[in-house]
Amino acid sequence: MAQITLKGVGKTYAGGVQAVSDVNLDVIDREFVVLVGPSGCGKSTLLRMVAGLEEISQGEIAIGPRVVNRLEPAERDIAMVFQNYALYPHMSVRENMAYGLKNRKTPKSEIEARVAQAARMLELGPYLDRKPRALSGGQRQRVAMGRAIVRQPAAFLFDEPLSNLDAKLRVSMRGEIRKLQRRLGTTSLYVTHDQLEAMTLADRLVVLNGGQIEQVGSPLEVYHAPASTFVAAFIGAPAMNLLDAYIEGGRVKLEGHDMGLVALPDGPITLGIRAEDLSIGTQGLPVTLDYVEELGANRIVHCFAGGQRLALIQPPEAPLSEHMTLRARPQALHLFDTTRGARLVAPATRIPEPVA
Amino acid sequence: MQKINPLDHLILILGALFLIAPVVLAVMSSTHSAIAIHTGGLFLLPGSDGYETYHKVLTAKGGFTGNVTGARMLMNSMIMGVGFAVGKIVLSMMAAYALVYFRFRLATLFFWIIFTTLLLPLEVRIMPSYQVMSKLHLLNTYTGLIVPLLASATGTFYFRQFFKSVPDELLEAARIDAAGPFKFFIDILVPLSRTMIAAIFIIMFVYGWNQYLWPILMTTDESFFTLMRGIKAILQVWVGSQIPDYNEAFALAVLAMIPPVLVVVIFQRMFIKGLTESDK
Ligand SMILES: Nc1ncnc2c1ncn2[C@@H]1O[C@H](COP(=O)(O)OP(=O)(O)O)[C@@H](O)[C@H]1O
Ligand SMILES: [Mg+2]
Repeated sequence: MAQITLKGVGKTYAGGVQAVSDVNLDVIDREFVVLVGPSGCGKSTLLRMVAGLEEISQGEIAIGPRVVNRLEPAERDIAMVFQNYALYPHMSVRENMAYGLKNRKTPKSEIEARVAQAARMLELGPYLDRKPRALSGGQRQRVAMGRAIVRQPAAFLFDEPLSNLDAKLRVSMRGEIRKLQRRLGTTSLYVTHDQLEAMTLADRLVVLNGGQIEQVGSPLEVYHAPASTFVAAFIGAPAMNLLDAYIEGGRVKLEGHDMGLVALPDGPITLGIRAEDLSIGTQGLPVTLDYVEELGANRIVHCFAGGQRLALIQPPEAPLSEHMTLRARPQALHLFDTTRGARLVAPATRIPEPVA
Repeated sequence: MQKINPLDHLILILGALFLIAPVVLAVMSSTHSAIAIHTGGLFLLPGSDGYETYHKVLTAKGGFTGNVTGARMLMNSMIMGVGFAVGKIVLSMMAAYALVYFRFRLATLFFWIIFTTLLLPLEVRIMPSYQVMSKLHLLNTYTGLIVPLLASATGTFYFRQFFKSVPDELLEAARIDAAGPFKFFIDILVPLSRTMIAAIFIIMFVYGWNQYLWPILMTTDESFFTLMRGIKAILQVWVGSQIPDYNEAFALAVLAMIPPVLVVVIFQRMFIKGLTESDK
């Protein structure tokens, strides 16, 4: 068991591509941290630097008490699960799981015991003598996890392990991974581009953008207080509505409509409102209906406010009309700097403490 | 199912007959006597001298020194074929492994140098090779017969392409699993290459088996004669009124055909099995 510490970690590929820059992160013991971000943002690069598969260009990575910059992958006491499983095609499930232990000169009886235990945990018992090609995608991924588990490493590293599975299996495997990690208590670093997967798995989320950390926090923190327009748009489905608005005399104005009070200087801002925070009322922001997406349990209503698109979530029976007026609680408004995209915290939204 | 067209079949049957006709002629003629062949030409039906001819070809001592049998020549050819195939596979796999998995300066240049030697057939470098072997006193040895021809651009090229198609994650998983370069090669690459090895074995065995010019140069001692030379030797006796032993030449040719055919049949099975089984 161990913590993973990244200090000013960066990666410059040959040719000068700066894939990751200045990442500082502490993954504490037993924690499940998910690196999430769009494709190409440097998640895999970062994870592979922790694994030792990619050289660290800048900074320092420590696993447990040891700085591992100069250590081989095998010496780092980590196990990795790959997106395409990376099982050895010519070895049986049992041999696949045992291979790493065999190379480490683990006694035979110990290997057998650990493989048997992992097989029981992952319900792979009946398949131990099969070759990977005779397994389904989900089973292969479980073997890949088994290969990691038997090693009893200080940390698990996952690189999009569920991306090759169909949607239904992905959901159930997600649950299995979470339960397994809780049960084993092994520190885990997990990479995904799927924000839903990230939300459901993580103790803590790390949102990456262009090789840099955009925000670190628990899934709910990140959801309720996104640090930037990038995070706001990336986390949550449907994506948060981000609208061009401005502040005039301490009031937020959207398409000329007054959305609420805020103690910020006048000027343009980006206003963020989650689809579920908007409701249809008798007065408020006037919108015109564009189209409706039915999801069964609820529906996503797409509208235009002036020239800007926005979406809201409504129960399926709610009446809709061509012209509606929308409202949102003032607490549900997220304000962002229009040019930098950073979240603006308005000092006056804090309620002044009554003077005793 | 596609409809069976009689015309298609006719064409295929004719094609097949055309291709096997020479083989049938050789097999059938080898069972007749030399005189019958000399007077009557080739035969399409079996004769009565088959057993005798084959027995003689395999066991009777012949040649100038009178102590080389067909069985001995068969063995020599076998040593050439197998030695070639195995040697070439081992060498070219190791070369390809170095080229693909080790980052050293000029690796690509080395590869292209090796690759361009593909364009130089043995015949071009046969004299210098002979000289080297002669200076090393390796004339009339199996080593001298086999080693100079082992370096194989073809094999290196095929294995390189194959290794490049092995997913990188496999190497990475192996690195995490504490498999060093040697273990990765033996435990993972070699078993994965089975299909490739079978294919190259077929090609190289036949290539070695059919060698003619090199053995002629390298060996003067008749105990190193291969089947190919044996056939030639039989036909060369046409002096005076003597008739060459056509039947024996045919018998040797038939014998010479069997091992390559067996190798192809056996390894092709493995080859096809490998193709259908492995999913990388
Ligand atoms: N071997 C490499 N050489 C050069 N650039 C690379 C290499 N691998 C990845 N990159 C670049 O680094 C960036 C991050 O890649 P990656 O970490 O794979 O992203 P992600 O896993 O988040 O999709 C991308 O812009 C990619 O093009
Ligand atoms: Mg990736």
